[in-house]
Amino acid sequence: MIYREAGEFKSSYQADQAILTIRQDRWFIWGLMAFAFLVIPAISSEYWLTTIMLPFLILGLAALGLNILTGYAGQLSLGTGGFMATGAFAAYKLATAFPELNIVIVILASGLITSGVGILFGVPSLRIKGFYLAVATLASQFFLIWMFNKFGWFTNYSASGVISAPPMSVFNEILVTGPHATPVAKYLFVLTLVVLLTLVAKNLVRSNIGREWMAVRDMDIAAEIIGIPMLSTKLKAFAVSSFYCGVAGALWAFLHTGSVEPLAFDVNRSFQVLFMVIIGGLGSIMGAFLGAGFIVLLPILLTNAPHWFGLNIAVDTISHIEFMVFGILIIFFLIVEPHGLARLWQITKEKLRLWPFPY
Amino acid sequence: MHIERDVFYIILASLALMVAIPWAAGMLSEDIFFEWPFFFEVAIGGLLAGVMYSLVALGFVLIFKASGVFNFAQGAMVLFSALTLVGLQEKGLPIWLAILATLAIMALLAYLIERLVLRPLVNQEHIILFMATIGITYFLDGFGQTLWGSEVKILDIGFSNQPGFYFGGKILINDFDLIAALIAGVLVVSLALFFQYTRIGRALRAVADDNQAALSVGIPLKHIWVIVWTVAGVVALVAGIMWGSKLGVQFSLALIALKALPVLILGGFTSVPGAIVGGLIIGAGEKLAEVFIAPLIGGGIEDWFAYMLALAFLVFRPQGLFGEKIIERV
Repeated sequence: MIYREAGEFKSSYQADQAILTIRQDRWFIWGLMAFAFLVIPAISSEYWLTTIMLPFLILGLAALGLNILTGYAGQLSLGTGGFMATGAFAAYKLATAFPELNIVIVILASGLITSGVGILFGVPSLRIKGFYLAVATLASQFFLIWMFNKFGWFTNYSASGVISAPPMSVFNEILVTGPHATPVAKYLFVLTLVVLLTLVAKNLVRSNIGREWMAVRDMDIAAEIIGIPMLSTKLKAFAVSSFYCGVAGALWAFLHTGSVEPLAFDVNRSFQVLFMVIIGGLGSIMGAFLGAGFIVLLPILLTNAPHWFGLNIAVDTISHIEFMVFGILIIFFLIVEPHGLARLWQITKEKLRLWPFPY
Repeated sequence: MHIERDVFYIILASLALMVAIPWAAGMLSEDIFFEWPFFFEVAIGGLLAGVMYSLVALGFVLIFKASGVFNFAQGAMVLFSALTLVGLQEKGLPIWLAILATLAIMALLAYLIERLVLRPLVNQEHIILFMATIGITYFLDGFGQTLWGSEVKILDIGFSNQPGFYFGGKILINDFDLIAALIAGVLVVSLALFFQYTRIGRALRAVADDNQAALSVGIPLKHIWVIVWTVAGVVALVAGIMWGSKLGVQFSLALIALKALPVLILGGFTSVPGAIVGGLIIGAGEKLAEVFIAPLIGGGIEDWFAYMLALAFLVFRPQGLFGEKIIERV
């Protein structure tokens, strides 16, 4: 009764094709946006913005990218970290080679460069499927990280192999990168970008391209038989997915950490993002962000939990116990809801729709 | 064993390339030292290192064959078994008792994994089970190190680690690697016998072939899974002993799983001989590339070369060299 579509009549095609057709959903999203844009910057401390909100948004974007590839197009990939690194280093090279470029252009261009790399590494997916492909994508992961480590050109020959973001601003005066940028400015910049890109992704997956991806995911041979071109569909998925991962990598390097070394994007990063996708829900835009929130918050919770109970445990023991608890929770979540948090959200909505009746 | 004709040609071609490319590199570049005894020394060293990769890949294959689970936790199992063995030894147990106790612990672990992780997730998609094994990996890494500490431990089982000269003193081979290869050979042969001639082995092969058909003729799947994970645990222990006494027992042992993955896809997920041949090709290819090609492109290529090599093979054989032919129906 609380949440229902009854009584809402659509009188135009536009209304029929809206992303959110139910009024409560629209209120919810606008409320969420207002909260994210107005309330969070006003009430959160610097710690919250920089250690929780920024990684959450950026990794959520990466998870969205991987979800497009794995959840929608069905191509399992473990190369996310490598693509994020590509985005970060492309942004660094662009920003240092053309200092007058706007940061938005730098970040989007680095996404496009990552797209190209993604297409290159996506070509084997035409022959290789399933877990063979997953292991094969590890090739891109290790190769890209090795490349950025090995060749000084990518880091402008810095001795430590670490790249630092030059200070850059939007609207001519508001600094968003570099040591003098305020956390609020960084947060709002990332949030705006993430919201816009999420909107694009949402529209992509419910368009012609998205339907092709899902057909390929569900059964690629059948998809090919009904006339969906395998080559371009799979490569499009790799391109779009790597674009998102590249943008996320650039944001990570420029706005979150400020300076970054290739090791920040090692294979553990790929697994982390894959966890977000699985925990959040395969094939769901919202799931990517739910999963990102879960995976970003969980370690922070686990690290702080012993202090709340007044326990004093050695630091290395804590980190080992963290590993254990993390593993157990992952397995627990998979057993309880293999379709992820997005599915739980759907079940809740369904319950609210019927409430107070059982069916 | 029956080998398909294209697999035979692919292996022949790769052998030829493995000889031709280093030779050409030696001819063309001043930086590369090439001499036939040296080439064979590197190649044999690589083949023996490859056997060590096969040991880890074998565990993956066993579990994938019997249950269709891509068990990412194999590396963690190697680390865990080695840590347990060393930990028990430090408690004062004689080595044979420590090995037996570790075997019992691995069997218990297999039972718990089947009961607590696999059974609730039965019939889920492969990727979900894959993620669950990554969860097991995290758990085992943390658990092993909480229990036994995280400092590097030395595992000494009395094998010499001296290099010896063979073939008239021209080729230098590490004795330890030879022993490792021998042990791996014994392990593979005994596994093959176990699969071929025992009742349980027959059941395992039936399950690997078609688990629903196996279930319908009365083979208890859950017991089979426990057995298969136990066997994988035994393989992990052997790998843990060999790798642990080579590198010391430490966290990086868990990362050799990443070394075994290219072996796995090259040989095929479902084939025991594939794991061996894949290991030999990857081991030799990697070592040869490291010595004869890496100096030309900046070095340090061992992280990714094996993956690229496996990828090149996969383009010709998408199911790996010895994997089951992928038949798709609409």
